[in-house]
Amino acid sequence: MTTTIAASQPLPRPAGSLKAQLRRAERLRKWKAFGLVAPLALFLIVVFVVPIGSMLWRSIDNTELESVMPLTTAGLQQWDGVGLPDESTMAAFAAELRDSRQGGGLGRIGRRLNYEGTHYRSLLMRTLRGLPASLDADVDWTTTLVEIDESWGETTTWLGIQRAAPPTTDRYLLASVDLERGDTGQIQRIGEGDRLYQAVFQRTLVIAGGVTLICLALGFPLAYLLATLPARTSNLLMILVLLPFWTSLLVRTAAWIILLQSNGLVNQSLMATGVIDSPLQLVFNRIGVFFAMVHILLPFMVLPLYSVMKGISPSYQRAAVSLGAHPFAAFWQVYVPQTISGIAAGTILVFIMALGYYITPALVGGPGDQMVSYYVAYYTNSTNNWGMAAALGSILLVVTLMLYLVYHRLVNRKQLIRN
Amino acid sequence: MIHNRFPLSRLGRSVAVGSLLATGLLVSTGAQALTVISFGGASGDAMQQAYYGPFQQSTGINLTPGDYNGELSRIRAMVETGNVSWDLVEMESPELVRGCFEGLFEPIDWGRLGLENELIDSAFDECGVGTFVWSTVLAYDADALDSPPTSWADFWDVEQFPGTRGLRRGAKYTLEFALMADGVPADEVYGVLESPEGVDRAFAKLDEIKEHIQWWEAGAQPPQWLVSGDVVMTSSYNGRIAAAQEEGSNLEIVWNESIYDLDYWAIVAGSEYVDEAYDFITFASQPENQAAYSSQIPYGPVHPDAIAQLDEEQARRMPTHEENMKDALAVDTAFWVDYGEELEQRFNAWAAR
Repeated sequence: MTTTIAASQPLPRPAGSLKAQLRRAERLRKWKAFGLVAPLALFLIVVFVVPIGSMLWRSIDNTELESVMPLTTAGLQQWDGVGLPDESTMAAFAAELRDSRQGGGLGRIGRRLNYEGTHYRSLLMRTLRGLPASLDADVDWTTTLVEIDESWGETTTWLGIQRAAPPTTDRYLLASVDLERGDTGQIQRIGEGDRLYQAVFQRTLVIAGGVTLICLALGFPLAYLLATLPARTSNLLMILVLLPFWTSLLVRTAAWIILLQSNGLVNQSLMATGVIDSPLQLVFNRIGVFFAMVHILLPFMVLPLYSVMKGISPSYQRAAVSLGAHPFAAFWQVYVPQTISGIAAGTILVFIMALGYYITPALVGGPGDQMVSYYVAYYTNSTNNWGMAAALGSILLVVTLMLYLVYHRLVNRKQLIRN
Repeated sequence: MIHNRFPLSRLGRSVAVGSLLATGLLVSTGAQALTVISFGGASGDAMQQAYYGPFQQSTGINLTPGDYNGELSRIRAMVETGNVSWDLVEMESPELVRGCFEGLFEPIDWGRLGLENELIDSAFDECGVGTFVWSTVLAYDADALDSPPTSWADFWDVEQFPGTRGLRRGAKYTLEFALMADGVPADEVYGVLESPEGVDRAFAKLDEIKEHIQWWEAGAQPPQWLVSGDVVMTSSYNGRIAAAQEEGSNLEIVWNESIYDLDYWAIVAGSEYVDEAYDFITFASQPENQAAYSSQIPYGPVHPDAIAQLDEEQARRMPTHEENMKDALAVDTAFWVDYGEELEQRFNAWAAR
């Protein structure tokens, strides 16, 4: 009977029982594993997750006005957009504008409001200068503000500020694909003369894709040669492949300008040999971009291909030929499928690196060859419009991730079929 | 992009080293000192010779020089934390306008400086005192052209002056030049550009020579392209052309319808050495000291009397020489701070078509 009682009553087991010991050992192992992974995880969070997260956030962040003018923002969000905001909002605006010079707040709201209309920055400055010295309680702020500048008596001025009030905005993301919100809030395309970024994204993908294909076309035979030649020759060739790898990117880019310019080495030798009569335009256009980027990225294609090809035994191909296959069929159906993982690694590496290229197209390209990162740099460095910079970056990130997923699928399926 | 007008050596100077040196000196001597921050490089060396050394000798005020790359964020951080270790800073005009708006600089009390009516008009700013002038000019290779161009209208004339032209890749300067080529007088350029029709007019004018333009990005490119024969004429920073002239190239500058900009001295808000900073600005604005600076580097003095103290050949190279100034246009920095983004976007969309 005692056994049934013990079974039906889940008494707390003594500390020394096997299960508890196991659990403790298991927990200890878990903590140990966690401790080993922790530095890497922490590193990833600090240098990867946090910056990317903050970039994604910045692309919709609209808290400039709210952080500097909380009362005005609250008042404007309750305003119905007809006539003028009420007196208490006006008073709050005057008080908060006066205080905004502390801590750089004025700069932030000036920049933000200028996106709604180019006159806001100077309007705020004029108003700030015209504000009376003391904040008297019985001043009628509506009249005072209109006296300082007539625009404060216009509904559209306040509507612009109201649009900047909500804590998040889609304006940067929309602007990054040439869209905007119209007067009634509907999404519409921007004026034809200003459309830019759809073409820039398309161009970025085309250039990166083109560079990847050219690198594959050049890199595959080269890697094959390296993998099949006797070790001494292939080592020498390998050094030649790696040599540009160790040279500064800027130097290699500048070298291409010197080689390809109108009176450069290439044009002069072509003219001297009578191939052409007048110099070809080889740089400051798309051709120059392809030359320089392929040259710089080629090692990233050759190295993964080479490492995979090195591990492929030549006997498979020989076996195929001895069984009656045409040499090309043996190459295409037996050899190439074994290099798929190298091709996949090389192309994805080159493509993703090419997507982010900035300095090379900036130096050897024309105005029609600039990629997304050029505009990210422009907004970050020249105009401090981090919202736009983050939105462009976020969209590029999302597009890259989607392409990567599709690509991953395709490569995996191919391998499955082969297997 | 404007930074490109300085010789490359400036870039080579590490900001970190400069500021470390500055703070290091400050701590080690223990003496109170006025900290003056410039862009360094060749210009910084000329300032050392013309301003820093003589100022210390004549006033006995300790001066700690340093350099930086023009980042407003460092000054913003100092002002916001109340830990102001820089007193006087050389500022480019867009950053001066932005920083002044944000209240990062002490407003200039012009009465106290005693410089009213002495400097050229554009040297006066709410938050800054102009210290030198640099220009974006039309430059050409005198060996390559039979007759010299004299205006932007000639730059647009591909019949009389066949060949590729160089322009800076961007809206700033390009739109002004286009309007001047279209017959807009220099003093009306920004008025026209403020209206959408004026912007359309500038781009329509640019359409005329679009296929003949090779766009430059770095300030070193225009003189190099002229020398190599890639372009027959180009816009360029005057300092770059002067450097190429010194190396023996036969490049010429058309000063007519050039666009000039200034670098300014600005006093960081909350500085403990405001009095000394004012003394320094007054000292650096004296004609003899300005002449000493400009004799080393082709940036024009802001004091008109300084020109007379330079030898004739040097004086002719200064953007502020009377002859060169006559039909020149001062860049409207406030305009570009307000309209820059939308015009650059429009320019990029136009250029890629």
